[in-house]
Amino acid sequence: MELNYTAADEAFRAEIRTWLNAHLPADLQAKVLGHRRLSKQEFLSWHKTVAAKGWVAPGWPVEWGGTGWTPTQKHIFDEECAGAGTPQIMPFGIAMVGPVIMRFGNEGQKRHYLPRILDGTDWWCQGYSEPGSGSDLASLKTRAERRGDKYIVNGQKTWTTLAQHADMIFCLVRTDPEVKKQEGISFLLINMKSPGITVRPIVTMDEDAEVNEVFFDNVEVPVENLIGEENKGWTYAKYLLGHERTGIARVGGSKRELAFLKSVAAEQQVDGKSLMQDMRFASKVADLEIELMALEMTVLRVVSAESHAAAQGKGGPGPEASLLKVKGTEVQQRLTELMVEAIGPRALPFHVDRFDDPAKGEAIDPLAAYYFNYRKTSIYGGSNEIQKNIMTQMILGL
Amino acid sequence: MDFAFSEEQTQLRDALRRYLSQQYTFEARKKIIHGSGTSDAAWTGLAELGLMGVPVPEPYGGFSGTGVDMLVVMEELGRGLVVEPYFATAVMGAAFIKHGGSDAHKTALLPNVADGSLKLACALTEKQSRHELHNVMLSGTAQGNDARRSAAPDNGFSLNGSKTVVLHGAQADKLIVSARTSGAARDKSGITVFVVDKAAAGVTVHDYRTIDGMRAADVTLVNVGVGRDAVLGKVDEGYALIERVAQVGVAALCAEAVGCMAAINEQTIEYLKTRKQFGVVIGKFQSLQHRAAEMFMEFEQARSLAYLASVKVDSADAGERARAIHAAKVRAGRAIRFVGQSAIQMHGGMGMTDELAVSHFFKRISMIEATLGDTDHHLAAFAALGSVQENTTAQAAALTA
Repeated sequence: MELNYTAADEAFRAEIRTWLNAHLPADLQAKVLGHRRLSKQEFLSWHKTVAAKGWVAPGWPVEWGGTGWTPTQKHIFDEECAGAGTPQIMPFGIAMVGPVIMRFGNEGQKRHYLPRILDGTDWWCQGYSEPGSGSDLASLKTRAERRGDKYIVNGQKTWTTLAQHADMIFCLVRTDPEVKKQEGISFLLINMKSPGITVRPIVTMDEDAEVNEVFFDNVEVPVENLIGEENKGWTYAKYLLGHERTGIARVGGSKRELAFLKSVAAEQQVDGKSLMQDMRFASKVADLEIELMALEMTVLRVVSAESHAAAQGKGGPGPEASLLKVKGTEVQQRLTELMVEAIGPRALPFHVDRFDDPAKGEAIDPLAAYYFNYRKTSIYGGSNEIQKNIMTQMILGL
Repeated sequence: MDFAFSEEQTQLRDALRRYLSQQYTFEARKKIIHGSGTSDAAWTGLAELGLMGVPVPEPYGGFSGTGVDMLVVMEELGRGLVVEPYFATAVMGAAFIKHGGSDAHKTALLPNVADGSLKLACALTEKQSRHELHNVMLSGTAQGNDARRSAAPDNGFSLNGSKTVVLHGAQADKLIVSARTSGAARDKSGITVFVVDKAAAGVTVHDYRTIDGMRAADVTLVNVGVGRDAVLGKVDEGYALIERVAQVGVAALCAEAVGCMAAINEQTIEYLKTRKQFGVVIGKFQSLQHRAAEMFMEFEQARSLAYLASVKVDSADAGERARAIHAAKVRAGRAIRFVGQSAIQMHGGMGMTDELAVSHFFKRISMIEATLGDTDHHLAAFAALGSVQENTTAQAAALTA
């Protein structure tokens, strides 16, 4: 057991950090660190900066533009980006549809889509959930009927994150309504500019418009946009869920937010002293910090196991992937909860006009909205209850 | 960054697990705890496996084992619910000699620890001290001269007072005793650590069972005379030594708890897969499934910090060491409550019985939580470290400025 990074790992970290220092624009960094809302252009400009360096898809094979990094190096990269406060690289292309195309797509699809994902030409969104199909995703109803060399798609997707920015959507659609629900699903790539697609924003409780409803009204999709075989889409969707599992815990981001929480709390007063000197509050922060330490070690254990498995040509997700999702989101939510608790009545003012500019107002302004927004984390990506089902299936084998 | 165990560690784990599963069965253990409390045969067996030598430095007949080696041993002793005085002797006792003993102490004592011929016990807790190891009233009075620090080397001390919950005190040959040699009851200075022969005149040991199947003792010292050569470390400066040894003990207890919780989770999963109600195995019920998933997560999180503690307990950086140790005990404590209580609940009435091992594991981990500082104790200590997240503090500070 060796829990220190090697000299080579530390040199790698230094290289990443130096590059980030030189290339992360200060105004963008300030927005991320200040919990402000980013525009499409801001996300894209950072994506393109990282892509130009060749680091935008560390998980991809080198032949398709990956970095060839070890699992440890990938972890260090994530941690450094999060620590520095870079905008998030949107997962829908790089981490989700990309690996599915790579694994199940044909040569033409790979050659067309992968470079466009890599350089940011196409912004992707995910068409999974429907009004009647949340946790029971396989019950989805959006229909795709084959007519000649086209599919005709009708139905509705929902909770589609940033669909308003998207050029493409990958969709689970029903191609056979007669068979068992998992066996009649296909995986389709659909151009968002197609006639018959309507995107309608859903306003969330923080008055943000991150998610949308997407309506399909006789949308024509060329059959060459089908991934793999018709009616095998559920298998591909499950593959996607098991991909890139260590990043899901977001340890780097939570470490940054913990430091932020402490700095905010240190400036609040209780009983004439700093809130961080208050035993009740300090205990809550300490408990959370310990949970995060444990989570970091758990992530590193999974990274280490992945390295050993990769060396032996093994792999595949275990119950740890769900553990990381549940514990990671619990920590993220608890951080936002304590931030709101820390600032007391100053959580109330809702200066939504300041949320796109860190120069406006104070650092604490967006914190209540951030708390309300982050309730999503235990719901999306397979709710934490679904994750517990998955874990027990794996542990109990019932 | 590598969490894999070495080949030697894996061999040690396998050998120990094999030995315990064959020679130290749950039934055999039951006879031991209702008999004399420990087993000479088991002690010999563990010594033959080389267990006592693991923490002892090589020049003194041991293997110079690391914290991770000790984690391997303690996990297995936890999994086997072993009630022999390994923690008292090889973990705590050996650490006192190693970190505080003179060359003469090491030469005289450590080879006998390593070969299993000497048992030690640590008398630190007093009735009023709860988790504060600096709350020491048992007195050590310098003899012949009240200016202790300038006293002649042959001037010893007279020890008077009582200790309680001395783990395996009656089974030990020698006791390591903390005594107040100056200052007030809760001062961190003025404490001195002594090695005392259990057979010395004036030492009374009252042996009893503990609720988790171990043995402990109340120890009373009346005018027990000891020489200067009985002092471990420096006169009046024993508390730093005690804290250092307690860290070794906490790391070992966290590892033991991990071994216990691994067994508890396995037994609970097995029960969920076999016990039927309403015509199906109870593992089909979602409320129980989710509780099992939570037990798994609690266990893995505790295990992660037990690993960290086992590595950092050897660190020369006191701050880093304290941080890892406090965190591990807090996280273990949280997991202990949840995993232990859930296991009993999910076993239903059977969980309440003495017959099943699960209740014995539950009792053991619960008492681990109460040993060498409970969750609140370590949480307060962790919070007091005022730890910083080095990478990001400056950024965050700049932001709020």
